[in-house]
Amino acid sequence: MSESHLTQSTNPGTRLRQIFRRGDHLLWMSGGAMGLAMLLIAGLLGLVFVSGFTYFWPHEVTAADRADGTKLLGRITDQQPGHRDAGGQVIKTAQIQFRIGNRELYGFDFVWVPTAELGNFRTLPDVVQLERQEYGDFLGFLKRVESADGARVEGPAGWDLLLSRQPVARELAARASRLQRDDIGAVNYQIQKAKLRLTVAQRRAGPNGRVPSELQGAVDAELSRLNADYERLRAESAALLKQATAWQAVFTTIDGQEKKVPLASIVRAFRPNAMTVTEKVRHYLSRAAEFVYGEPRESNTEGGVFPAIFGTVMMTILMSLVVTPFGIVAAFYLREYAKQGPVVRIVRIAINNLAGVPSIVFGVFGLGFFVYFIGGGIDRMFFPEMLPTPTFGTGGILWASLTLALLTVPVVIVATEESIAAVPRGAREGSLALGASKFQTILKIVLPASVPGILTGVILAMARGAGEVAPLMITGVVKLAPEMPFDAHFPFLHLDRKFMHLGFHIYDVGFQSPNIEAAKPMVFTTTLLLIGIVILLNLAAIRLRDRIRKKYQTGVF
Amino acid sequence: MSSAAVLEKPPVTAPAPLPPSLPGRPTAGAAAPITLRVDRLNLSYGTKQALFDVSLDIIERKVTAFIGPSGCGKSTLLRCFNRMNDLVDGVRLDGRVLLGGQDIFAPAVDVIELRKRVGMVFQKSNPFPKSIYENVAYGLRIAGVTSKSQLDEVVERSLQRAALWDEAKDRLHDSALGLSGGQQQRLCIARAIAVEPEVILMDEPCSALDPIATAKIEELIVTLREQFTIVIVTHNMQQAARVSDRTAFFYLGKLIEYADTGDIFTRPANPQTEAYVSGRFG
Ligand SMILES: Nc1ncnc2c1ncn2[C@@H]1O[C@H](COP(=O)(O)OP(=O)(O)OP(=O)(O)O)[C@@H](O)[C@H]1O
Ligand SMILES: [Mg+2]
Repeated sequence: MSESHLTQSTNPGTRLRQIFRRGDHLLWMSGGAMGLAMLLIAGLLGLVFVSGFTYFWPHEVTAADRADGTKLLGRITDQQPGHRDAGGQVIKTAQIQFRIGNRELYGFDFVWVPTAELGNFRTLPDVVQLERQEYGDFLGFLKRVESADGARVEGPAGWDLLLSRQPVARELAARASRLQRDDIGAVNYQIQKAKLRLTVAQRRAGPNGRVPSELQGAVDAELSRLNADYERLRAESAALLKQATAWQAVFTTIDGQEKKVPLASIVRAFRPNAMTVTEKVRHYLSRAAEFVYGEPRESNTEGGVFPAIFGTVMMTILMSLVVTPFGIVAAFYLREYAKQGPVVRIVRIAINNLAGVPSIVFGVFGLGFFVYFIGGGIDRMFFPEMLPTPTFGTGGILWASLTLALLTVPVVIVATEESIAAVPRGAREGSLALGASKFQTILKIVLPASVPGILTGVILAMARGAGEVAPLMITGVVKLAPEMPFDAHFPFLHLDRKFMHLGFHIYDVGFQSPNIEAAKPMVFTTTLLLIGIVILLNLAAIRLRDRIRKKYQTGVF
Repeated sequence: MSSAAVLEKPPVTAPAPLPPSLPGRPTAGAAAPITLRVDRLNLSYGTKQALFDVSLDIIERKVTAFIGPSGCGKSTLLRCFNRMNDLVDGVRLDGRVLLGGQDIFAPAVDVIELRKRVGMVFQKSNPFPKSIYENVAYGLRIAGVTSKSQLDEVVERSLQRAALWDEAKDRLHDSALGLSGGQQQRLCIARAIAVEPEVILMDEPCSALDPIATAKIEELIVTLREQFTIVIVTHNMQQAARVSDRTAFFYLGKLIEYADTGDIFTRPANPQTEAYVSGRFG
């Protein structure tokens, strides 16, 4: 009997009781819950990773014959097995999805074809895939390359010529569009400013007054000079464009249609079935780089997301710059100065519960308060000559950042309060006993000691803010921003401008674009990028926190 | 820091006539100058009274020890001297504590000035998580001293007086948290004396230390007596006997006996004192 105390009982009832006494059932439950949570998160991230990472890979293109004699060329993107009921009756036929491209010819990118109607599957090595400036991908075969002055090259030499001429043509087209956007844009900007000077002078002179003639003269002279500039640049850009479109390639589709494509409108031309692995990798990297650094094309479903990356990062940083001091000051007041009592308790509960308010409500508040009230007020006071066109009285990156700061401030307040409370009482008393005032003690002892905790709060707030979409939609995010909130024109930082955001981009591409099926991989890739950026911002903040913590521990300030 | 609120630092004024009920016996030098005078002090935390009608005089440049069983109010009285009890909610007190003849509870008194004149060393050493140098310089820095040479000088002198200089001089700019427990406590003493207080309050400064570190601190207390008035709370009878000149015995919030240390330990007047110092209770 005395030995049996040390060995586990074999009686199931006793064993069960032992298990409950040791608390094993709780251990299993918490372990299981944690496992489930990990599984769900891993599943989500896995889906995003796999779908996001494979988007740029050049996939094999398959040709097939249909029973009705027509031919099909495309990438197999999905397959569905057929179903029969118990009696052998077909309820659902097996079918295959092809991405056939050539949107302007067929009207759609994807087709489902019953498997039974298909035969003679083959991969033709000379299939050419084009990534175009417009209309998405093209699949077909190169017939010849020709120039405006009648030169024609066919066969393999034609393909080589295409590969060598295409980058030149693209560069020319890019120069033309840069000329359009930057140089002509700058002239336009100056013209607008000159006209604005006249408007302001007119307004100052009153309805019956006259603009001083010397000003009128100066502005007129400037305007005529600017107009001359404008004409010159326009001509230059038109010449470039003509040069760029001098060469074009002629393709045939699998069903025999002929299609002419100017080389300048080809982003990439490649033969997916004939590519070596190295070529595929290079293709992958080039597309990934374009995605990160490039401008969007085709209503955001193609090309890059650089403006959205930039907008996301800038908005997150602006938000952190606002939310950090604001949250810290509020938390210090609550914890150190406010008289602890029912009022403070209610305030604290309210702050904690702000997290439960739907974020769109914050957006509505931001729209009403920041955009219309404050922004409208700024416009009336400082930019009356622009009205009725609003400057600050419309959504912009500043208002969006402030709205998100409001949304995330509870996170910072709670984290700060907790880290203030964790500062040992001994340190405070030591400081006070040396004749430090309360304020000095807070500034020199409590604040430095709570910086790591505060930064944890800021990190959480950043993660929350960077992924938020709903409030942004009404306070300044747009599908396609013509200008970035930071550029070469004075004052460089344009807080009044609308901006693009990865989260909104995902929503827009995934749910609002005309070609959702084609844009789907882009959604995953963008999600991956957004997660990547949030992680990157967090890592930066964590590094900062660790450095401060180390500094604090070694005490070298 | 309005001028009205600053405690000026007068040479010890002629002591006010002692209340007749003072339980202490006069010291050998009856005319010894008095730094702190506690006059019929009552204190309660909320409804719980912790000090009952305590009156005693702390004599300048002597070490005064407070002894008594746990919870008898030693720390409470000590923390009255630099008004650390202000930080506790719900403290009520009446009676007076005079520092150099001035009531430290008077509304016009600037607590910050008071604390500069009455320093404190805590039971649990509490160096700031800063460098050794910054710990010692802290009191001066918050008082607005910025001169590097002055700070250097004070840091060195204070560390020397706290017998820590030799151990710390090569690592002044390392974290104070890297010091041993005993060194940390001496650092706290150095930090307290750097601002040149008149009185140093020590609440069980050795309770967390090993015998060797304790011996060092005791030695230090004896040398510091030359310049400072020291009040020390201790549970260690031998320690009280070794370092103090005067000893006050408290029991249940009341001052039972206050006399020269030799008298308390050899021929206590009160039977309770005798029982306590001979280890029969407490
Ligand atoms: N902050 C406080 N709030 C309420 N009661 C307190 C507080 N601090 C002390 N007390 C009470 O006052 C009485 C005296 O406490 P005090 O800390 O002065 O005792 P002590 O003599 O220093 O004891 P010890 O030797 O254990 O440190 C105790 O009964 C204690 O419970
Ligand atoms: Mg105590």
